[in-house]
Amino acid sequence: MSNISREQLLHVARLARLELRDEEIERLGAQLNDILAAVSKVSELDLSDVPPTSHPLDVVNVWGADEPRPCLSPEEALANAPEREGDFFKVPPGGSS
Amino acid sequence: MIDTLRLTAEEGARLVREKEVSGAELYAAYRAAIDERDPELHCFLHVCEDEGGEGLPIAIKDVIGTKGIPTTAGSKILEGYVPVYDATVIERCKAHGLRVLGKTNTDEFAMGSSTENSAYGPTKNPWDPTRVPGGSGGGSAAAVSAGLAPWALGSDTGGSIKQPSALCGNVGLRPTYGTVSRYGAVAFASSLDQIGPVARNVRDCAYLYSIIAGRDACDSTTVELPAPVSLPEGDDLKGLRIGVPREFNDHEAIEPGVRDAVQRAIELCRELGAEVGECSLPHSVEYGMPCYYLIAPAEASSNLARYDGVRFGYRSPNGGDRLEMYERTRDEGFGEEPKRRIMVGTYALSAGYYDAYYGQAQKVRTVLAREHADAFEHFDALVSPTSPTVAFKLGARTENPLAMYLSDLLTIPSCMAGLPGLNVPCGLSEGLPVGLQLIGPQFSENVLFRVGYALETAFGFDPVPTRLR
Repeated sequence: MSNISREQLLHVARLARLELRDEEIERLGAQLNDILAAVSKVSELDLSDVPPTSHPLDVVNVWGADEPRPCLSPEEALANAPEREGDFFKVPPGGSS
Repeated sequence: MIDTLRLTAEEGARLVREKEVSGAELYAAYRAAIDERDPELHCFLHVCEDEGGEGLPIAIKDVIGTKGIPTTAGSKILEGYVPVYDATVIERCKAHGLRVLGKTNTDEFAMGSSTENSAYGPTKNPWDPTRVPGGSGGGSAAAVSAGLAPWALGSDTGGSIKQPSALCGNVGLRPTYGTVSRYGAVAFASSLDQIGPVARNVRDCAYLYSIIAGRDACDSTTVELPAPVSLPEGDDLKGLRIGVPREFNDHEAIEPGVRDAVQRAIELCRELGAEVGECSLPHSVEYGMPCYYLIAPAEASSNLARYDGVRFGYRSPNGGDRLEMYERTRDEGFGEEPKRRIMVGTYALSAGYYDAYYGQAQKVRTVLAREHADAFEHFDALVSPTSPTVAFKLGARTENPLAMYLSDLLTIPSCMAGLPGLNVPCGLSEGLPVGLQLIGPQFSENVLFRVGYALETAFGFDPVPTRLR
């Protein structure tokens, strides 16, 4: 596997909504390359006939009755909000992605 | 005088039941032990006040949500967060009369093998405070070994219960995936995360498991146990077939002292009447670590998306528009290891790389599950060291993330297959505990308890750290 470039690193950081500082970019870049080189070992195996496992148990489609149950009040739901306005979470405006 | 270093939960329950001590005296004894030893060990991030009752105290890893009690997951991004509801396991402990003593230290978001990734500073190993207690659940394991709690809850994604139990010399169970509710626990990697018990001996561990296990309507990945938990009693292993997987026992990373202690344990299995045989799981150790370090970060990158400074937890005060607020909050709130894993996971899931990394790792996961299933055609349980080494020095692996990842070399493979694993202390090497790992098929906890109990009785291991005796 080829090394991850600075542009790729910044692209991934943007996808992950992480504003990395310059000193982090350098160190993380080197560490990420080492980690990706190690985990790339999975590509050594020819597994074209092997199905993927996303979950360790054979459990599918768990159904529940559609019945109202007690839930959090607006006060409880907002209790940990960094900022609120009335019964709403308040956030700064806008920003382009 | 209550000796919290030696008191088992079973004996503590008897003392209270027969009114030899009150619930308040018992709680106070653990609080006194915390006051005496926790300034050095730093097992707890938060200590609770006694709210009354006659039940046993319990310590809770700080990734498990507790109503009205701060829950940080060892991260600055959750500093000041106070859950408004209890995790299901906490409800079950309370329904059983258990009382929360405090919240224990953990690597940030349970990501680590030494508790050094905690944003609140590391926990020290009670056997030697210059060494790590393992991780991520080092706080829970060290608290139990240092007599600061009779038992504790931990969580295990790739070894975070079993490995610290090995390094601290106590008994920890990673249950079969789906037997214990994750509702109310801070999510790391949802297809791997399991909550489980940490205790001073196998019977206490089994008893605590019986309290927390079973289907929960709030977690649709849970199932009912096929059979009730049975507390182990027998001292022989007659009729059991124990497998010794070559790759897990001959790996070059295993220290000689660890190998010797585990070899003696395997001999003991034979003496206790088990049929012992060698077997091979050719891909599990070699490919388990790379497989885990793709799947766990991928799931973590998704789970940790919720920490955005909007609904709870830290928000950066450093202004900007909404997008900048998200990015600054996450940069300032997360420590290095979560950032590394978020980056690896996001990369492995991103367009153009998904099939080669995440998709391929999911297929490797199938290979590991099949290998284990094949072994269980011939054996009831598999044995190996839990950790390749005894407790290592603080700082020894912090500079090199890959060296730290190798701490979980032997615990990861069975986690990928959703299998239960039990750590039982099997001796000392250089004065530090060595842990024996017992792995069984899904839902075989009762067999693991039986094997663990018989071995524990035969070992006569003293779980009290030498320097505290």
